Amino acid sequence: MNLLAPIALIGRNTMGILAAIGRIAIFFVQTLSHIVRPPFYFKEFGHALLTIGYFSLPVVGLTTFFTGGALALQIYAGGARFNAESVVPSIVAIGMARELGPVLGGLMVAARVASSIAAEIGTMKVTEQIDALVTLSTHPMKYLTVPRVLAATIAVPFLIAVGDSIGIMGGYIVGVSRLDFNAAVYLHNTIGFLESWDVVSGLIKGAVFGFIVALMGCYYGMNSERGAQGVGHATKSAVVAASILILASNYLLTELFFSA
Amino acid sequence: MITLDNVHKAFGANKVLQGVNLSIPRGESMVIIGGSGTGKSVALKSILGLVTPDSGTITVDGQDVTHVERDAFLARFGMLFQGGALFDSLTVWQNVGFRLLRGSLKRPMDEAREIAIEKLRRVGLKPEVADQFPAELSGGMQKRVGLARAIAAEPEIIFFDEPTTGLDPIMSGVINELIREIVVEMGATAMTITHDMSSVRAIADKVAMLHDGVIQWTGPVGDMDDSGNPYLDQFIHGRAEGPIEAVR
Repeated sequence: MNLLAPIALIGRNTMGILAAIGRIAIFFVQTLSHIVRPPFYFKEFGHALLTIGYFSLPVVGLTTFFTGGALALQIYAGGARFNAESVVPSIVAIGMARELGPVLGGLMVAARVASSIAAEIGTMKVTEQIDALVTLSTHPMKYLTVPRVLAATIAVPFLIAVGDSIGIMGGYIVGVSRLDFNAAVYLHNTIGFLESWDVVSGLIKGAVFGFIVALMGCYYGMNSERGAQGVGHATKSAVVAASILILASNYLLTELFFSA
Repeated sequence: MITLDNVHKAFGANKVLQGVNLSIPRGESMVIIGGSGTGKSVALKSILGLVTPDSGTITVDGQDVTHVERDAFLARFGMLFQGGALFDSLTVWQNVGFRLLRGSLKRPMDEAREIAIEKLRRVGLKPEVADQFPAELSGGMQKRVGLARAIAAEPEIIFFDEPTTGLDPIMSGVINELIREIVVEMGATAMTITHDMSSVRAIADKVAMLHDGVIQWTGPVGDMDDSGNPYLDQFIHGRAEGPIEAVR
C-alpha cells in the first residue's frame, strides 16, 4: 500500500471542496450581475413569489407555533430554578424574533424550496429544456435563477415576520392556558421588552437565508448530472448546502449584529 | 452557409471531435449520421454555442459563432430537440409561441397565440391542443409541438436532433415528411442528426458520416449506396462486421 495514499486522498478532497466553493462563488457573482441587467421576467418573478412565499406559510406557521409553545414551557421550567418564571413572555418574544423564527423558518424553507427548485431545474437540465431556453434566445440565469433568488430574498422576511408572530402566539397560548400567566400581563411583557432591532435583525437574517436557499437550489439544479440519480443528488445537495450555509451565516450575522 | 473547420472537442480524456470539417450551403438539408456517442450532438450544439469547441472555427455566413451578438444570432435558428424539450409548466401554445412572447421578437399575446395555433395546424395538430400541457400529449404529438416551436419564428436555419427517436415507424414517416415539407416550403438551411436511415433518405439533400471524431464521408444522398466507403457501407446496411467496432 502506498503510504502517501491517505495524504493524496486528503489533498484531492481539499481541492474538490475548494473547487466547489469557487464554482458557487462564480455562480453567486453571475446571479448578482444578472439581477441588475435587463431583461426582467416579471411573470416568472410573480410565480416564484407565490410558490416560495405564500405556499410556504403553512409549514413555517406550524413550525414556529409549536416551537413558541415548547420554548415557553422550557423557559418556564428553567426560569423556575431561579424564581424567574416571569421572563417567559420576553424571552419567548426575543428568542423567536432574533433566532428561532429566522433559523427554523429558513431551514423549513430550505427543505421545501431548495429541494423543489433543484429538482425542477435539474429535470429541466436533463431533459434539455435549459438548452432549449438558450436556443430560444433566453438566458437561463435570467429566466430561472434571477426570479427565484429575488422572490426568495423578498418573500422569506415576510414569512419570518408571520412566523415570529405565530411563534409568539404559540408561547402566549401555552403561557396563558398551561402556565397560568395573566393574558394582559403576558402581552404587556411581550411588547414591553421587545425592541424593534430584535425584529429587524431577524428579518435581515430572513432575507439572507432566502437568498441562500434559492441560490443553492438554482446552483445544484443547473449543475445536475444526467438521469434520475443526478437530479436526486442535486436535490439532496441543495438542501444540505442551504441548511449548512443558513446555520453558518446565522452565526456570522448574530456576531455582527449583537457582539459587544 | 455553415462551416466547421478543423473542430476539436474533448470531455476529459474522451476526444469526441478530432478535426471535423463540414460545409452546409444555404438552403440545403444536411443529415449527419453516425453511431451513438460519435459526437453528432456535440457538433450540432457547438454551432449553437451550447458547447464550446477546444479548437477550430465555426462560421455562419462567414461570421465566427464565438464573436456574434448572441440574441440576434440565435434568433436565426430553430431547433427540434430529441425529447422535444417542451417546458412542462407552460401550455402547448405558450411553448410554441415562447419566442414570440418575449425578447426581440415579442408580439402582443393574442397575435402570438394566433401564430402558435397556425404553426400547430401546420404540423397537423388541432387548435384544441393549444391549451393542454405537454405531459398530456403522446410522444408523437410532443415531437410535432417541438417542430411547431422550432418553426414558429420563421428561422433561416433549423436543427433537428434525432427527430424520430422513440416514435413508431408510421409516426416517424409522418414526422420525416413534415420536416421535408417545412424545410422546402421555408427555404431554410437544415441540419439533422440521426441514425435512422429512413429519416436520412426522406430528409437529406446531402449526408455526412461522422465516426472516430471526423467526417468519414460526405456527399449527395443519392450517392450514399454506391459510396464505396467502408464506414458508410457498414452503417447503412447495419452490419456487425466492418471497420466500425461493434461492442457485443
